[in-house]
Amino acid sequence: MKFTLEIWRQPDAGSPGRLVSHDVDDISPDTSFLEMLDLLNENLTESGEAPVAFDSDCREGICGMCSLVINGEAHGPQRATTTCQLYMRHFDDGASITIEPWRSGAFPVVRDLVVDRSAFDRIMRAGGYISVHSGPKPDPNDVPIDPEVAEKALDASTCIGCGACVAACPNGAAMLYTAAKVSHLSLLPQGQPERYERVQRMVDQMESEGFGSCRNYGECEAQCPKSISIDFIGRLNREYRRATIVEPIDLRGKMKSQ
Amino acid sequence: MELDANIPEGPIDQKWSNHIDHLRLVGPRNRPGYRIIVVGTGLAGASAAASLAAMGYRVDCFCFQDSPRRAHSIAAQGGINAAKNYRNDGDSVYRLFSDTQKGGDFRAREANVWRLAELSTSIIDQAAAQGVPFAREYGGLLANRSFGGVLVERTFYCRGETGQQLLLGANSALAKEIASGGVTMHTRTELLDIVVEEGRTRGITVRDLVSGEISSHAADAVVLATGGYTNVFNLSTNARGCNVTATWRAHKRGAGFANPCFVQIHPTAIPAAGEHQSKLTLMSESLRNDGRIWVPRAQGDARSPSEIPEEERYYYLEERYPRFGNLVPRDVASRNAKDVCDAGMGVGPTGDGVYLDFRDAIRDKGADVIEARYGNLFEMYERITSDNPRETPMRIYPAPHYSMGGLWVDYNLMTTLPGLFAIGEANFSDHGANRLGASSMMQCLADGYFILPLTIGDYLSRHPAGEITSEHPAFQRTEDEVRERVSRLLDNAGSKPVEAFQRELGKVMTDQCGISRNASGLHSALQEIPRLRERFWAEVRVPGTGEHFNQSLEQAGRLADFLEFAELMCRDALDRNESCGCHFRDEHQTEEGETLRNDDDFAFVSVWEHNGDGEAPTRRREPLEFEALPLAQRNYKT
Repeated sequence: MKFTLEIWRQPDAGSPGRLVSHDVDDISPDTSFLEMLDLLNENLTESGEAPVAFDSDCREGICGMCSLVINGEAHGPQRATTTCQLYMRHFDDGASITIEPWRSGAFPVVRDLVVDRSAFDRIMRAGGYISVHSGPKPDPNDVPIDPEVAEKALDASTCIGCGACVAACPNGAAMLYTAAKVSHLSLLPQGQPERYERVQRMVDQMESEGFGSCRNYGECEAQCPKSISIDFIGRLNREYRRATIVEPIDLRGKMKSQ
Repeated sequence: MELDANIPEGPIDQKWSNHIDHLRLVGPRNRPGYRIIVVGTGLAGASAAASLAAMGYRVDCFCFQDSPRRAHSIAAQGGINAAKNYRNDGDSVYRLFSDTQKGGDFRAREANVWRLAELSTSIIDQAAAQGVPFAREYGGLLANRSFGGVLVERTFYCRGETGQQLLLGANSALAKEIASGGVTMHTRTELLDIVVEEGRTRGITVRDLVSGEISSHAADAVVLATGGYTNVFNLSTNARGCNVTATWRAHKRGAGFANPCFVQIHPTAIPAAGEHQSKLTLMSESLRNDGRIWVPRAQGDARSPSEIPEEERYYYLEERYPRFGNLVPRDVASRNAKDVCDAGMGVGPTGDGVYLDFRDAIRDKGADVIEARYGNLFEMYERITSDNPRETPMRIYPAPHYSMGGLWVDYNLMTTLPGLFAIGEANFSDHGANRLGASSMMQCLADGYFILPLTIGDYLSRHPAGEITSEHPAFQRTEDEVRERVSRLLDNAGSKPVEAFQRELGKVMTDQCGISRNASGLHSALQEIPRLRERFWAEVRVPGTGEHFNQSLEQAGRLADFLEFAELMCRDALDRNESCGCHFRDEHQTEEGETLRNDDDFAFVSVWEHNGDGEAPTRRREPLEFEALPLAQRNYKT
């Protein structure tokens, strides 16, 4: 198969970028999208041109490192699929394919198709954890959990943190990402003590990172490679309302060491 | 090179508790004075960094990925063992210990293996407390599944993504410590060398992958949690970025490298489709619980699997190993797959594949049950191959997966370089010549949550905090050497991309140092690798400069180290003139084609000492003693 690729090239965050056309030929339909880019890069290197920078690592759809907006869609045209698991058999021979980085002001471009997603990590640090030290803990069977609840929590925590939801959203919102972590922990009994403080802190951090607001377009769910449900955004909103209206504020700052 | 394993006195089931009782500790008020570097943020690195910071140490943590959450532990699918005996089926610490020892074919250190089995239950408790959503039964209690090579159900899991959930647990603990200032996180930063002064580890030299800046960080101790080296085969189940650089650089600075030839070949990966392939995708071994493995009895049978009648199907594992059937250990399953494919019975376009069939399991247990267990694995398979495993059997073939070898460490997880520790897959300690399924995450988390945070104090307490800073000339010296290596790659006048050499090295290693090895093949590999290395340095082209984000440069540096390491791996495989676990030497097999150990001559850990570039390394030995479980030949047949 052969393709014409229109690829976003940008030397670094401070320089302007533009779409540059590259041709690839002799591609097997069983080649993955990233393997196709590997081949392009080998050709570029041999001909003395700069290869295209793009992120990837596990190449089995779980690490969340790969990205790419392909023909306007995050992770390309296949539902519930990361770019690394997208195969060229899903494209027409001779097609022209546009490849861009995640498009969001909160994800600045590092080079070409590589972006900086550290805003996601900062949201996590704001409260995406249960505060426990390493050491002896109660036996988990002392706290039975309804398997339906455990499965629901897992549905949320299956998020791989790739950022497709932000890239897909017309508003560049990070609600699905934040909702997934808040829901995971608020569903479980272990997450209850910090439940309301967590949601406030994470939402505050999300907003301060410059992500947009949710207007229920639903593109995040549609383009999420793990099919995380937008229902979790509803849950996030309920959690946030409860935390800010009903529940007492955090007492952590008032705790004194003994 | 001194090899004192520091194994505590006393009966095996009391060694660890005795050791804790007598360890030197650092008091809470002194801990903030000590700076510890942790390299790598997988299960081992993240759990260690979080635990150390929570104790009060100042931690600097490094990863080459854009976020600590992306380390390759995340890809572990199947589960994690723990001797909880929730199923009341006869499990115990002793049984997990003995399964691990037997699985490792008696090439692991008994005291370490016992400690691992002993700590296994605490890991599940720790993870559940962090909110890891383990599978539960209807009554709300934890569910278990069985895994290859054992007779009990002791594996805990989260669908087919146990690694991601455990890593997110460890990473959430890390995130909390980063937020509170206990850990300084350095993402997109790669270790390029270890700084050693007066025989002790003083810090590391790194390259910022975005700006290209090369800098140094001083510390009172350095912990490597940098994973394994299976990408030496080019095609493996490892992530593309996994590399040997940290452990190899440590080795060149004086850390002994143990058992480099011990690499596990996983029996259930999706077969390669062609030359362009960049990695092999694993299908979790848990599939073997319900899937039946077979090939057509006739050579070159081109019929579709559904047209092949029952009597013409060769369920070779069930026939050859009636007691364990499809659940034989990984090396046995891998070798048998290669065996039937070499005999012409393989399936698929390349002939390198066997069927893993769910037809009978769906018939007997119901489609819903099988879907609940393996649904996401089936989807993954379908996405890659466009075949639906619910209707047509999967095709699988072995793939390099895990390295049991690694930096030699003593009972405290310290390498032969004082102040340098290695945890998780980066060390050699617990899995002998083959790792039991669902034990890798167990070891990473035992090391990171429970062992290292205590044992590192024993070293730190013997030295004052902050002895030298990165102003010391040793750091400048190391930085200069790193800069010179980087410039040498960039200034090279060649024309070939790095990938070309990577594929060549992978082919040599797969052919000569893979599922089976022999002396003549290893001799020829030892000739070929130095020649390939020379050609690499003469012909490679690394585009761009060192002052920007340059993935070609990253890849070239990693391959340059693999090209040196591969030679040591072949040397070790040649030196170990016996078969054991995954290390199968054609010259040493039973009449039935099983591994034949030589306990009289090889019941030891091979520890290699670097003597300088171009010099032959020296092989030292740590003798292994077997008291709790006497040496026995593995037998999975009766």
